[in-house]
Amino acid sequence: MSRVPLERKVLSENDRMAADLRARFARHGILCLNLISSPGAGKTALLERTLGALGRDERVAVLTGDIQTDNDARRLARFGFPVRQITTGGTCHLDARMVDRALGEWQLDQLDLLLVENVGNLVCPASYDLGEEAKVVVLSVAEGDDKPLKYPAIFSKAELLVLNKTDLLPYVPFNLAQARENARRMNPGIEILEVSCTAEKGIDSWMRWLDGRREKAKRAVRER
Amino acid sequence: MKRAAVAMHELSIAKSVLEGVRAELAQRPGARLQKVGLRVGELSGVNADALSFSFEVLVKGTDLEPVTLEIESGPRLQRCPECNNEFTVENDDLACSNCGASRTECVGGQELEFTYLELEEP
Repeated sequence: MSRVPLERKVLSENDRMAADLRARFARHGILCLNLISSPGAGKTALLERTLGALGRDERVAVLTGDIQTDNDARRLARFGFPVRQITTGGTCHLDARMVDRALGEWQLDQLDLLLVENVGNLVCPASYDLGEEAKVVVLSVAEGDDKPLKYPAIFSKAELLVLNKTDLLPYVPFNLAQARENARRMNPGIEILEVSCTAEKGIDSWMRWLDGRREKAKRAVRER
Repeated sequence: MKRAAVAMHELSIAKSVLEGVRAELAQRPGARLQKVGLRVGELSGVNADALSFSFEVLVKGTDLEPVTLEIESGPRLQRCPECNNEFTVENDDLACSNCGASRTECVGGQELEFTYLELEEP
């Protein structure tokens, strides 16, 4: 019997497909963001506010993942931008292959922003690279302020934390300063924004963040 | 509900383990697989017990049976940019264990990788 050393990532096939997607997005100057949160934290609401704030001529598309139903795609389609639902049929995360398939015949040269809403789950989506430029984690104040400590993988990998439902702060024991401190302990470089999608607060700061990242993606393609 | 979701996750990871194993075996015709070594980092979001269970389920009744999955845990390692100290994190304390600097970077614990295959070769 022999023991053969094997240096290979378990998800190397997913990583390979994600690298392909990333190269395609870069070629077209597309900013792709992977939105991750637990169920009900407000990913879809944030996308509604985002699409509502964008001009009709913006080159934006959305992929939205769920285990079942196309409710989210229907909620988002009314803004007039291309939206496609990925129904995973039980799988608790999106993977690069699902994104690749869902892109289908969309003309990537017609896009410069692709928003991917992952399946509501703070665990599994952290493992699967989708070829995105950045992961954005959404945490609502109706959850615990210790979530960053409980789910270190996603809070370490995300570049932006959106604290949502701040309109509920008077009614819940959530400690904003503690949540920020916990997130920074996991990830000193993480950016943090406070928003309320329901009360339409802080959306402008999110849109500014988004514009900054879009500009960066466009600059990168011009400099190629 | 949560348990089911977690097990579902490890099932998809176990499928990827199996795909990786089959890809390696395809390069070694006639080799009989005995054991698969994996390293699963603390931050990988993967539960070792659920992964072992999922792997067993997938392998059962296939040509790969019997095969053992050995999972080694990967500790969470941080590196201090001030003094280059590398240390294992305990109690979520990310401050440098040497100089006390509060901002340190993660250098280990996210792995989800193969370490070895044990084979009986012809």
